[in-house]
Amino acid sequence: MEPLEQICSRLLARFPGAEVSVLPNPGPAAQHSLLVGRASVREIAEFLRDDPLLRLDYCSNATGVDWPEKVIVDVTKVTTPDPAGGPPKVSEVKTERLQPGYLEVVYHLYSMELRHGPVVLRTRTVNRTDQASVPSLTPVWRSAEFQEREIFDLFGVVFEGHPDLRRILMWDGFKDHPMRRDYVEPEDYEWEPTPHGDLVEKAKRARPPVKGGEPVA
Amino acid sequence: MSPFDASPLSPSGGAHVRSVVDEFHGDLLEVSMGPHHPSTHGVFRMIVTLDGERIVKLKPVLGYLHRNHEKIGESTSYLGSMPYTDRLDYLNAMTNNWAYALAVERLGGLAVPERAEYLRVILAELSRLQNHVCLAGFLLQDTGASGTPLMYAFREREKILELFESLSGSRMMCNFQRFGGCRTDASSEWLGQVSSLVNGFGAFLDEFEELITGNEILMARTQGVGVMKGPAAVSAGITGPMLRACGVGYDIRKVDAYGIYPRFTFRVPIGSHGDTYDRYMIRILEMRESIGILQQALRDIPAGPIMDPKAKLRGFRPKPGESYGRIEGPKGEIGFYLISDGSANPYRYRVRPPSFVNLTLLEDLCLGHTIADSVVILGSIDIVLGEVDR
Repeated sequence: MEPLEQICSRLLARFPGAEVSVLPNPGPAAQHSLLVGRASVREIAEFLRDDPLLRLDYCSNATGVDWPEKVIVDVTKVTTPDPAGGPPKVSEVKTERLQPGYLEVVYHLYSMELRHGPVVLRTRTVNRTDQASVPSLTPVWRSAEFQEREIFDLFGVVFEGHPDLRRILMWDGFKDHPMRRDYVEPEDYEWEPTPHGDLVEKAKRARPPVKGGEPVA
Repeated sequence: MSPFDASPLSPSGGAHVRSVVDEFHGDLLEVSMGPHHPSTHGVFRMIVTLDGERIVKLKPVLGYLHRNHEKIGESTSYLGSMPYTDRLDYLNAMTNNWAYALAVERLGGLAVPERAEYLRVILAELSRLQNHVCLAGFLLQDTGASGTPLMYAFREREKILELFESLSGSRMMCNFQRFGGCRTDASSEWLGQVSSLVNGFGAFLDEFEELITGNEILMARTQGVGVMKGPAAVSAGITGPMLRACGVGYDIRKVDAYGIYPRFTFRVPIGSHGDTYDRYMIRILEMRESIGILQQALRDIPAGPIMDPKAKLRGFRPKPGESYGRIEGPKGEIGFYLISDGSANPYRYRVRPPSFVNLTLLEDLCLGHTIADSVVILGSIDIVLGEVDR
C-alpha cells in the first residue's frame, strides 16, 4: 500500500479545501492515522472506498475516543539582561491555556480486494456538548451501522445521516454516556419508580415529618 | 423527537405478542423472541414482525449482558485485562487472549519467542476445533436434530477442554497468553496427548459427517436459507466462516500473516452459495484444515523459552501511542484497539467483537423466511453474547 503521506497529498489534490492531515503515532506500532475534518469526511470515505489503488472496501473497526478539555501548561524561558552588567537572568514563565475537549471517532479500514491495510481514519466533533456530531459513514460501509450506534450510545456522538440511530447496549430510557471520561456512576443502577415509591411519597405528604416545628423536605 | 427518547421499538408494557397494522401488509403480528429463548444462545432478543409465518421485519435487541468491558479495561492495568478477555467469547479464551496480547505487543514493541508462537498456534487451532464442533452441534440442535449430534460434538469438545485445563488450570477461562509469550510451558506428555487427539479427530469428523451432513432434512432446512451475497457481506464487515461461506476468500491468518502462520501449509475453504448449509460446511472443512496445521505445529515445535526476557508484565507502561491488533478468531476478526498515554492503564481499550458485527446482516438474512428459519439463521451466525454485549 502507498504511504499515508502520499494518500494525504492525493486527497488534498482531489479535494482542495478539505481538512486532511496525517496524525503521527509515536509508539512502536507506527500505525499513523489520517485526520479528516467533519465537513469532508463522507466524500473522502467514499473516495477511499472506490479509489482503484486503495479500494478500502472493509471497515473493520469503528470506535470513539473521549478527549475532555484539559489545561496545558506552557513553559517559556525569558532572558532579562542584568542592568548592572552581570550575567543575564533567566526566568521561567508559565502560561496556562485551555485545550478544548472533543470526541473522536476512529475507523480502521482494510481492503479485502487488494488485501492491505489498515488505514486509520479519524474525525472529531466540535465539542463534547451541543455540537457533538459527525457525519455517519454507515452509507459508505454498512459495518459501521451497529458500531456507530454503540458510539452514539456509549460516547454520545450523534451521527448525522445514520439510518437507525438508537441506543444499542444501554436501555432506551438511559440518559448518560458511560464511556465518557467524566461519567459518574449512579448509586443504584437498578432504581426505578415503583408503586411502593408513590405510596411512600403520598404518606410523606399526608403526614410531613416534623423537626422543630417546620416541615422537613 | 430527540434521539435519546425511548424508541417505538421499546417493549410495549411487557407484551410478548401484539398485533400491529401495516398499510401494505395489513394485519401483522409482532413477536418478541427472547431474551430467554433456547434458540438465542444466551440473552438476546429479536423483535420479529410476522405476516402469517413470514418475517417482514426483524430488529435485534442487545445489551442484556452488557457490563461495559471497555470501561473496566480503562481502569485496569494491561495485565489485569488479560483474564477479562476470557469472558468475552467464553468459548474461545485462547484466541481472545492472543488478540489482546498481540495488540499490547505492538503497543510496546515486544517480541515473542519461537516456542510460545508454536504454543499459540496449537492452542488457537484447538480452540477453533472446539468452537466449530460446538457450533455444528448447536446448529443441528436448532434445526431439530435433537440430542445426538450435539452430544457427539460435546464429547469431542470436552476432550479439548480437558487439555486446556491440564495446561492452564481452567477449562474455559484459560488466561493463558501473556504479552511477550505464554504463562506456562507445555510438557512433552501434554503435547503427546494433543497429538493423539488431533490424530483421532479426523475419524470423529468422518463419523459426524456420516451421521448428518448428507441428511435430507438438514439440507431442506438449510439450503437456500439465509443467503448472503459477497459484496453485501464485505460492506457489512462480516468476517470469519460467515464471510468465506459466500465466496470471499479472506482469512487474516493468510492476509496479515501474524505469528508464524506463513510457515504452515493450509487451505482456506470457500463456499459458493452463502446459505446456511454452506456456513455449516465451511466450519467442517475448516476443522479439517486445522487438523493439518496442528499436525505441522506439533511436528515442528522447538524447545526454548516461552517468555521474552524483556517483557515486563506487572507495572507495564508502554510509551504513548496506539495500536490495533487483530487475529482470525473462530468466529471472525477479533481485534483490540489500545491507546496508551504512558500510564499503567490504557487510555482507551476497545474490543472489536466478531459476532457483534456479524449480527449486522441478521435482518437482511431473515426477511422473507419463516420464523422457524430465523432460529436456524441465527444459529449459523455463531454468536456468543458475552462478546456481543461486552
